Amino acid sequence: MNQNAPGKYSAGVKEYRETYWEPNYTPKESDVLAVFKITPQAGVPREEAAAAVAAESSTGTWTTVWTDLLTDLDYYKGRAYAIEDVPGDDESYYAFIAYPMGLFEEGSVVNVFTSLVGNVFGFKAVRALRLEDVRFPLWFVTTCDGPPHGIQVERDKMDKYGRPFLGCTIKPKLGLSAKNYGRAVYEALRGGLDFTKDDENINSQPFMRWRDRFEFCQEAIEKAEKETGERKGHYLNVTAPNIEEMYKRAEFAKEIGSPIIMSDYLTMGWAAQASLSRWCRDNGMLLHVHRAMHGVIDRHPKHGINFRVLAKMLRLLGGDHLHSGTVVGKLEGDRAATLGWIDLMRDKYVKEDRSRGIFFDQDWGQMPGVLPVASGGIHVWHMPALVNIFGDDSCLQFGGGTLGHPWGNAAGAAANRVAVEACVKARNEGRELEKESKDIMTEAAKHSPELKIAMETWKEIKFEFDTVDKLDVSHR
Amino acid sequence: MSGMQDYSSRISDPNSRKMGTFSYLPQLTPEELRKQVEYIVSKGWNPAIEHTEPENMRSNYWYMWKLPMFGETDVDAIFQEIEMCKTANPGNHVRLVGYDNFKQTQGTSMVVYRADMSASA
Repeated sequence: MNQNAPGKYSAGVKEYRETYWEPNYTPKESDVLAVFKITPQAGVPREEAAAAVAAESSTGTWTTVWTDLLTDLDYYKGRAYAIEDVPGDDESYYAFIAYPMGLFEEGSVVNVFTSLVGNVFGFKAVRALRLEDVRFPLWFVTTCDGPPHGIQVERDKMDKYGRPFLGCTIKPKLGLSAKNYGRAVYEALRGGLDFTKDDENINSQPFMRWRDRFEFCQEAIEKAEKETGERKGHYLNVTAPNIEEMYKRAEFAKEIGSPIIMSDYLTMGWAAQASLSRWCRDNGMLLHVHRAMHGVIDRHPKHGINFRVLAKMLRLLGGDHLHSGTVVGKLEGDRAATLGWIDLMRDKYVKEDRSRGIFFDQDWGQMPGVLPVASGGIHVWHMPALVNIFGDDSCLQFGGGTLGHPWGNAAGAAANRVAVEACVKARNEGRELEKESKDIMTEAAKHSPELKIAMETWKEIKFEFDTVDKLDVSHR
Repeated sequence: MSGMQDYSSRISDPNSRKMGTFSYLPQLTPEELRKQVEYIVSKGWNPAIEHTEPENMRSNYWYMWKLPMFGETDVDAIFQEIEMCKTANPGNHVRLVGYDNFKQTQGTSMVVYRADMSASA
């Protein structure tokens, strides 16, 4: 009998592991690889649950169907090829799954994730499921647009070198009139920041319609540029109820000469993000990306999608900035894990490193990097740690830490600018920023009354809560 | 409110113009500048010197002082070139760039001599 002849059709339910568990499989360079943390239902064997996840996220359905025999199912199936213990956890385990390239549409992040985190997440045989990491093969990376410009181009366009960018989110989040809002932008920019930012939920509410905001902010930018001689920008949020409106706002931002716009990629949708990013490249506009809603997806340690995957996804979809967590501020973020995903945003090639939660080598080819943005509850005292953690290729954003300065936004901005330059100078001199932070800041404050007051104002503020989504380590 | 200070920055005051990294700190002393030059050298970046009239400082392209000093690691030699550029171009701002040819951008850039701004706009 011909070895390649298809088998006979036999209706019924087979155990998944007969088809989808292949411990001897060697993943191909072209495979999409994924690692899931599986928490199975009681009594479901590890291999069976892993195979079920592979099946349900690729070709499988709950029963055999006759049309299975019209295709080369053996090629198209996802394969669970390895299982590992989760350190410090007796209940869950990691399952590694390889998907063949033919399963996916080229350049479509949407398509990849509709498979990987689709129906399988509601699957009854698993109690909880978390996508921890994905290895995108180089062929897939090169079919995605990636960031509209990337870090190097942004530095050249904005004329900022040798230090992190500085930004500030304008507060209060909601309720300012466009003219008063523009005032806050102007004050922060003239004081020495590079960027100010719309909050993620500033769109076009009755208290401030988008067009008015755009015009007043642009006047603020132009005046601050004239005054300081430096280049400035304000992230104009073009997130809108529909795509037509989004483009309309983006076009107007370009028309008035704004260097940068902004989007909320998770609430706006991935296809919209990919389109906006392509528009930005075509129109020479930088694109700042906020991750509102990520906590819903990435915070639970046993269910959802780890942020490192959402970060990789955004690099593929396209964006020049992405919020990455601060490690030190008011929002969640384990230090080692954050260091891992900021590398995944910026570097050309990232090696597997379990100590930072990275499960696979990731080759980005020539795709530009995304600038990580540290934003949320940070102030001047955090500056040495931030410069140390994030390095120069980052944007440090102080909202309350600028606008809450007792002398106002300009003084708050100047305090942050002096602090970042003092930290960069000290680092370049070979000093240890975090160990010597007090000395470095105190020295800098001697020449800056604005910094001195900022240091007195925020001396006692710390955010020391335990992280919920920690790396999996045995000594937890 | 008596302790509150005004932030004195004005379009009409040329001294309000800033110039990138380290322009919010006091002018670096020669010893401090030396450490920054050592940093550029230690990163493997190529030092380069540029200058401009203050009124043209917002251009991307300042005048190059000769070619970048490819492969130069002698801090004294770099200092000497800065001095030569300064002397040859009185009234100009002078900056030191560290070109990072792997990242294909400037690893750093700092104004090392700030000309008198009061005459310019």
